[in-house]
Amino acid sequence: MILLKFLHAFGRYLILMGRTFSRPERLRMFMKQYVKEMVQLGVDSIGIVLLISFFIGAVICIQIKLNIQSPWMPHWVSGYVTREIMLLEFSSSIMCLILSGKVGSNIASELGTMRTTQQIDALEIMGVNPASFLILPKIVGLITIMPLLVVFSTVSGIVGAYATAYIGHIITPSDLTAGLQHMFEPWFFWMGVVKSLFFAFIIASVSSFYGYTVEGGSIEVGKASTNAVVSCSMLILFSDLFLTQILS
Amino acid sequence: MIEIRNLHKSFDDKEVLKGITSVFDSGKTNLIIGQSGSGKTVLIKNIVGLFEPTQGDVLYDGRSFMSMSKKERALLRREMGMIFQNAALFDSMSVLENVMFPLDMFSNDSYKDRVRRARFCLEHVNLGDAEAKFPGEISGGMQKRVAIARAIALNPKYLFCDEPNSGLDPKTSLVIDQLIHHITKEFNTTTIINTHDMNSVMGIGEHILFIYQGSAAWEGTKDDVMHSDNELLNNFIFASDLFRKVRENAQ
Repeated sequence: MILLKFLHAFGRYLILMGRTFSRPERLRMFMKQYVKEMVQLGVDSIGIVLLISFFIGAVICIQIKLNIQSPWMPHWVSGYVTREIMLLEFSSSIMCLILSGKVGSNIASELGTMRTTQQIDALEIMGVNPASFLILPKIVGLITIMPLLVVFSTVSGIVGAYATAYIGHIITPSDLTAGLQHMFEPWFFWMGVVKSLFFAFIIASVSSFYGYTVEGGSIEVGKASTNAVVSCSMLILFSDLFLTQILS
Repeated sequence: MIEIRNLHKSFDDKEVLKGITSVFDSGKTNLIIGQSGSGKTVLIKNIVGLFEPTQGDVLYDGRSFMSMSKKERALLRREMGMIFQNAALFDSMSVLENVMFPLDMFSNDSYKDRVRRARFCLEHVNLGDAEAKFPGEISGGMQKRVAIARAIALNPKYLFCDEPNSGLDPKTSLVIDQLIHHITKEFNTTTIINTHDMNSVMGIGEHILFIYQGSAAWEGTKDDVMHSDNELLNNFIFASDLFRKVRENAQ
């Protein structure tokens, strides 16, 4: 029964994606929506990304320095581990997991409300493909902006780590710098970027599916919003497992 | 002209429309009336293609909607305008942007011309001074008028109104009715209005289709209503004391 329900939902998701990835009726309107979505979904998330990443970078550095580092370990361990965690997991996967809450619920509730207030029907009557008009800019917009958020997150995490050195004096700046530079593998950065592209697609498309297919009123919109966040989180965690295996 | 032929619609086992046939002429305000749950909204959604009929056909000036491809339907829809029960304006756009939306999507006019056309439509519904406001900042009656302006922006051949007076006071309802009637005459549109407002029936009902439990129970004009001996229609129309007295006086 659960499998049947899943297959039914997956089939509907594929049909919706089929309608979504069709040629926009007006490129001018698509570009307008695309820029709007990049601002709404990405630029408006920069603040929270910087804030969380700053503190997580600082906390990782403190934790490693105080709890893991010992006289038997090289002085650069804290910086090295901070960099690797930020690059490999936090800035891509965990940040996307956090963003799935903010962005996913935003998308699902926006589209759900548009559905219940017949705004999507109005688009349909006008001869506009609502899926393509509403969802495609969200997907493309988030995919465009997500790698930038990953970069901001990594940089902010490293700034957080330096804050522990310069303000908290937990570690010396030279030790931290040595760790951050030790055996740097550029592919790890690109791995985070590639993963974030997949996660951006998951967040935008799955949340749009839940919002677009709402039937009912405000309670259903709320449920759709919650389901979108839960499904996105699960899918990000699962795909992270496979992507890490494939890309490593 | 819109013709519906033997239209059936079922949801699972429940048959909501039971073979409705009617013709809606252009330049006339065609009203679909009936009790709540009688199938009016389902009928109008079948006509505009938001629902797919289980059986039957809808002909737009002889063109069968059911036999059209997706692309042909999309093109036909550019000839349609619809006013929804709750106006269905785009929250994130200003009044002017809402009216400009169909023009932005489908017109090849310059930006200046599109703005001019949108302002003309807003003037038509007496909302020239509200163009910068957002839907959340204006009253229900104004929202309906913006929806009318948006619906006529592309000079539609077919105008659909789903309970345009719901939630409005009698005076504003009258304004909306007259506006729709005026637009129908001016642009010679085929207008179909879904309503259970008796003032609309008596005011602008040039062709009335009465739906009872999914079937067409009566058809006629507002003048025919007064002299009808159809019991189902009379029970519906003259349910209130006011209209019973109006009828008695007319007879």
